[in-house]
Amino acid sequence: MQFSGGKRKKLKLGGDQRNACYPHSLQFYLQPPTENISLIEFENLAIDRVKLLKAVENLGVSYVKGTEQYQSKLEAEIRKVKFSYRENLENEYEARRRDHISHFILRLAYCQSEDLRRWFIQQEMDLLRFRFSILPKDKIQDFLKDSHLQFEAISDEERRLREKDITASSPSLNGSVLELVYKIPFAEALDLFRGRKVYLEDGFAYVPLKDIVAIILNEFRTKLSKALALTARSLPAVQSDERLQPLLNHLSHSYTGQDYNTQGNVGKISLDQIDSLSTKSFPPCMRQLHKALRENHHLRHGGRMQYGLFLKGIGLTLEQALQFWKQEFIRGKMDPDKFDKGYSYNIRHSFGKEGKRTDYTPFSCMKIILNNPPGQGDYHGCPFRHSDPELLKQKLQSYKIAPAGINQILDLVKGTHYQVACQKYFEMIHNVDDCGFSLNHPNQFFIESQKILNGGKDIKKESIQPETPQPKPNVQKTKDASSALASLNSSLEMDMEGLEDYFSE
Amino acid sequence: MEAFDPAELPELLKLYYRRLFPYAQYYRWLNYGGVIKNYFQHREFSFTLKDDIYIRYQSFNSQSDLEKEMQKMNPYKIDIGAVYSHRPNQHNTVKLGAFQAQEKELVFDIDMTDYDDVRRCCSSADICSKCWTLMTMAIRIIDRALKEDFGFKHRLWVYSGRRGVHCWVCDESVRKLSSAVRSGIVEYLSLVKGGQDVKKKVHLSENIHPFVRKSINIINKYFEEYALVEQDILGNKESCDKILALVPETIHENLQQMFQKHHSSLQRWKHLKEQLKKVARHPNDVRNDKWGPWLEWEIMLQYCFPRLDINVSKGINHLLKSPFSVHPKTGRISVPIDLQKVDQFDPFTVPTISSICRELDAISPDEEEKEENKAESNFKHRTRDYKKTSLGPYIKVFEQFLENLDKSRKGELLKKSDLQKDF
Repeated sequence: MQFSGGKRKKLKLGGDQRNACYPHSLQFYLQPPTENISLIEFENLAIDRVKLLKAVENLGVSYVKGTEQYQSKLEAEIRKVKFSYRENLENEYEARRRDHISHFILRLAYCQSEDLRRWFIQQEMDLLRFRFSILPKDKIQDFLKDSHLQFEAISDEERRLREKDITASSPSLNGSVLELVYKIPFAEALDLFRGRKVYLEDGFAYVPLKDIVAIILNEFRTKLSKALALTARSLPAVQSDERLQPLLNHLSHSYTGQDYNTQGNVGKISLDQIDSLSTKSFPPCMRQLHKALRENHHLRHGGRMQYGLFLKGIGLTLEQALQFWKQEFIRGKMDPDKFDKGYSYNIRHSFGKEGKRTDYTPFSCMKIILNNPPGQGDYHGCPFRHSDPELLKQKLQSYKIAPAGINQILDLVKGTHYQVACQKYFEMIHNVDDCGFSLNHPNQFFIESQKILNGGKDIKKESIQPETPQPKPNVQKTKDASSALASLNSSLEMDMEGLEDYFSE
Repeated sequence: MEAFDPAELPELLKLYYRRLFPYAQYYRWLNYGGVIKNYFQHREFSFTLKDDIYIRYQSFNSQSDLEKEMQKMNPYKIDIGAVYSHRPNQHNTVKLGAFQAQEKELVFDIDMTDYDDVRRCCSSADICSKCWTLMTMAIRIIDRALKEDFGFKHRLWVYSGRRGVHCWVCDESVRKLSSAVRSGIVEYLSLVKGGQDVKKKVHLSENIHPFVRKSINIINKYFEEYALVEQDILGNKESCDKILALVPETIHENLQQMFQKHHSSLQRWKHLKEQLKKVARHPNDVRNDKWGPWLEWEIMLQYCFPRLDINVSKGINHLLKSPFSVHPKTGRISVPIDLQKVDQFDPFTVPTISSICRELDAISPDEEEKEENKAESNFKHRTRDYKKTSLGPYIKVFEQFLENLDKSRKGELLKKSDLQKDF
């Protein structure tokens, strides 16, 4: 992205020049984009790619990679966000450009911690693997050449000389005819040679076309890992960039859906329903918070925040909330005055009736999973993420989940697919095969559950009223898409410049 | 050979380090032509002193510094570690996290104890001429793979001094290899898997990788003499049972009957092979055409194929016994092995420190030299000294190895200067 003062006309490239920019439908993202881009497009591209990568993750868990279902669903997801994926389509320039730019924006957001990097690299690899798998064979050599990969195919003569050995070494060939074979330095074929799945001679691995994918992905992962480390070094500069900082903070913990703040069912819940709702329609995180509150007549701060905002989201009014908490705390022998002095202020604050009057939004799954891990005496957090697997198993058994379901859930947890595990829990307690939604938010769980239990009657949702508070830059709360956008309203016209520097040494 | 008395070590080592240890060649090796600045200075050594005192992070400024320190400390054992980012003896002054191991030779350690389940003659630290063949086969198999498959050119094989051999791969590119690649190389070279509780330790797939095929070819050359004659692996009931445990139960009865009729391992093996040919690859295999010599090979491999310790090879900072170090228990010097004569190598003829000191005394009695003024003549002395002892031939092998390193280096420099068009 170029630095230039003031407004500048965007260069419009002619047809051929545009195609030359992006000769293929897939790429290794070796060069950062250099054009100007508006903040609005910047944000939209980033959000689109996050949506796509999350879909990649979900599909990778729900289906075996490479199967017909996986491939077609993934293709559909890519088309939804209008990124490139397939060669030989018309008017590919825009799709490739969107793909290119969005990748680099996400590097800024996802370089920040080891966990984020790992996640980002994994999904990008899966995406690349898919795109490569649909690349026509005659395009592969071109693509490799253009990507500056040092893989040369050996001559027919050389191939014939070694045909027996190569066939004996590469199980992927399975007796089929030997086509292209690439000669690469052995160290670059680590995953192949360590298992003796490739023929080695004089320091080179002779890799048949079928196996070259694994190598390419490895290359990609190494390069991307290094690049992210490099970008992370630019982090302080990135974070002090006022245009970027709110966006990027929001993205990497990103929840890009509804905020579940204002619901049409405000006031439709009565306090005496909560006990039964907690077992029927609450997600496990809130169920356990409610149980702890009832048993101990108290919750610590983290639990009060997570549970309190959730209750607001399901429709409790401020008055109901005050009553609810006060009743419970008094049972714990708390002095009513003490409650009024200490705790009620906080409750009113979280409803936006005190202080700077931000109407805080209920926490998304991402936020609960990634932030503020529970300690001793805490009951907040995500049980699938934060509970010891043995304890989680016991808890699920006490909820009367069938053993087969419990095992599935534990497997998903082992694979760090916490939200999918929670979806499984949903399916078990509602006795459905497919929950029909991608779980992102505890309040979403509640709404979907109520939908099923109330016989499919849709709960009317009010349209989201974007608040226009001006959150201070050092507030670490999740902002929804609209409020982030709102804070940028003033700078809509300005072009994003100079980001290129964050990607290079 | 005279018996070695460990109590004499302090005196013997003093003499050894003053007049026999080949410092010049040793430095020539680890300096690698001085191409990289401070390569030698950043190398870690560790010393084991008398009474088992162990000190790490030793490093030296020059060859003479190394000499002085070794003569001063008189180490019982010397280990070589990695080349670090800073001088190891100053590692405490380096900012936390900045002191990193950067390069090291790729090393292998093959230890006879790892074969206890398949050798009848000895166990644990003992070795004899009957089981030493295992080392011979290991060297041949591993060296062939390192050379032909991986393209490694500078491989130094060293007798460990007691019960095994080490290999140091010193190519420039190899010294830079990551831990992951080193692990991968060991995996590639591994076929025998499983500990005490695993009976059958080798499983071949249908596709025989060229590495496996070539290794079996090597074992074939030694198998009859080593396994059937010397180890007598089908010689009695106990050893036969061990072999039976490796083959399908369906043929056990046949085999037992055959064992009644033929009594030598040679005969029994011959007939065993024939029985194995008739066994399907998988017991439940509908297509009975999948027979082949796999079972026969699996047995041969379990009894003869090298067993590597992955932990020695994968870590860049791993410390390994130095060539020309003395083994404190046997007194034997860790000498290089001549690959041209690997079949003739006999660990029991390797010189001990007491024997070469005795040889030295017989030739030129040790005069107490004053160090400062006699440094020059000391050196000349030493160059003559070891040549006159049984250590001589082994140092020659080492020098040949160094010559090859030099030649390679010159070749690389020429190539680079050609590219840059330097004149």
